[in-house]
Amino acid sequence: MTVVTLNAPQFVDTKPLLTVRNVCKSYGDVRALRDVSAAVYPGEVLGIVGESGSGKSTFLRCLNLEEVPDAGSYSLDLPDVQGNLFDLDRYARRMLCATQIGIVYQNPHLGLLMNHSSSGNVAERLLVAGERSFHVLRDKARDALDASEFPLERMDAPPIELSGGMQQRVQLAKAIALEPALLLLDEPTTGLDVSVQALVLDTLKRLQQERQITMVIVSHDLGVIQTLSDRVMVMRHGQVVEQGLVDQVFQDPQHSYTQQLVHAKL
Amino acid sequence: MTLVLDIRDLDKGFTMHHLGTKMAAFAGISFQLHAGEFLLLKGRNGAGKSTLLRTLYRSYLPGSGEILFHSSHGVIDLARAADVDVSFLRKTEVGFVTQFLTARPRVSAEALVAEPLRLSGVAAGEALEEARHWLDAFGVKRALWAAYPTTFSGGEQQKVNLARALILPQRLLLLDEPTASLDASARAALIVRLAELKAKGTAMIGVFHHPGDVAQLINREIDLTPETQSQEEREDVVV
Repeated sequence: MTVVTLNAPQFVDTKPLLTVRNVCKSYGDVRALRDVSAAVYPGEVLGIVGESGSGKSTFLRCLNLEEVPDAGSYSLDLPDVQGNLFDLDRYARRMLCATQIGIVYQNPHLGLLMNHSSSGNVAERLLVAGERSFHVLRDKARDALDASEFPLERMDAPPIELSGGMQQRVQLAKAIALEPALLLLDEPTTGLDVSVQALVLDTLKRLQQERQITMVIVSHDLGVIQTLSDRVMVMRHGQVVEQGLVDQVFQDPQHSYTQQLVHAKL
Repeated sequence: MTLVLDIRDLDKGFTMHHLGTKMAAFAGISFQLHAGEFLLLKGRNGAGKSTLLRTLYRSYLPGSGEILFHSSHGVIDLARAADVDVSFLRKTEVGFVTQFLTARPRVSAEALVAEPLRLSGVAAGEALEEARHWLDAFGVKRALWAAYPTTFSGGEQQKVNLARALILPQRLLLLDEPTASLDASARAALIVRLAELKAKGTAMIGVFHHPGDVAQLINREIDLTPETQSQEEREDVVV
């Protein structure tokens, strides 16, 4: 592979919101992440593609501070957030995640309490961040559910009673309730039928444009990545094999693995 | 004249890993383009016309050479510019027009057309009004403006696409056969819009199956067919 080195940004003078350097993570003999580095600019959407086991979900869990890597650094360019986030203690990590990082999992069970009300699930986020007034909690939860296009007449229904698409909306509402700087999405539309998938994609795109949320989205669906992302990172065997503008990576893939991936697209 | 693009010794090839081969698309391309100039790319099929356009837009990664773009922020080499800089320039300075619309699920025709204006900072209401104006100009039926283009006919989609691609005046416009399969009235509207943008200083590079469609706009031609690579100044119009 010919490695093309691009210049440093010349016109865009904002600093990346998220900077990750040389992250490594092993599970026993399995090297899940090898020297993964990435930078995401404010308002940008970074897509991550790769086959199952390529390390993309592990990487996302590291960004959500659920997973502490063996090596590497992670910083967010935000007021009052300093240093390597992997070094934070559990409490500081929890506060940072509650206030600045939202996540939507493929499996709603990971992100939601399935037997509590949907509005309660969203409000929990706000409680962790210190909000105590019942009315404020309820109003903010309602606003977030509304922004995620969740039908408000069902806001007190527990997720267990809702369809998959609705559960994703509750997760999204919970993720954006505190207007996080960073939204992480792990296969947010996988397993949904196409019409529901379109609804979720449209909601994400609209939120991204209206609120300029910085997003990192992991999906094996190249169509989803193409619709949402500005740039894409291709992972294989725990390594980044290629990254670039989404149209460039899909139209002119450089690495042999990316070529295979693009040729396999329907 | 204001220089917009200065291309120096540009080449592009493709490595096809599954075949273990490399294919050259074009090599040694050099030319300059000024504000308000319209350059026609000629050459037989496979000569690299569309490839050159996509390389300039950075949908294809250039091999070697320079693409010096004189933007309103300064000169930048698009061949090696950072991805974020390219994204930034695509929002306001470099446009790409094809004959195909990339429809998005659940996004109306008018919202899709208004989007480039909104992203460049125009207020939503104003952008929508402008979008409707251009949908009308390209002959998209009023009843379709609020509908989703995913289900439109090819011709209607193409008109929506042109309205979207040409709504925002840009410094450099790359045209990849935008007139193919377009009906006569939409083609006329396209020529009018291109002439207007050209008069305002937009520099254009185009590939056209029927260059006669845009004959009155062409200032210069480059033939990309290997061996005949030459630039010719043209005064008259030969179709």
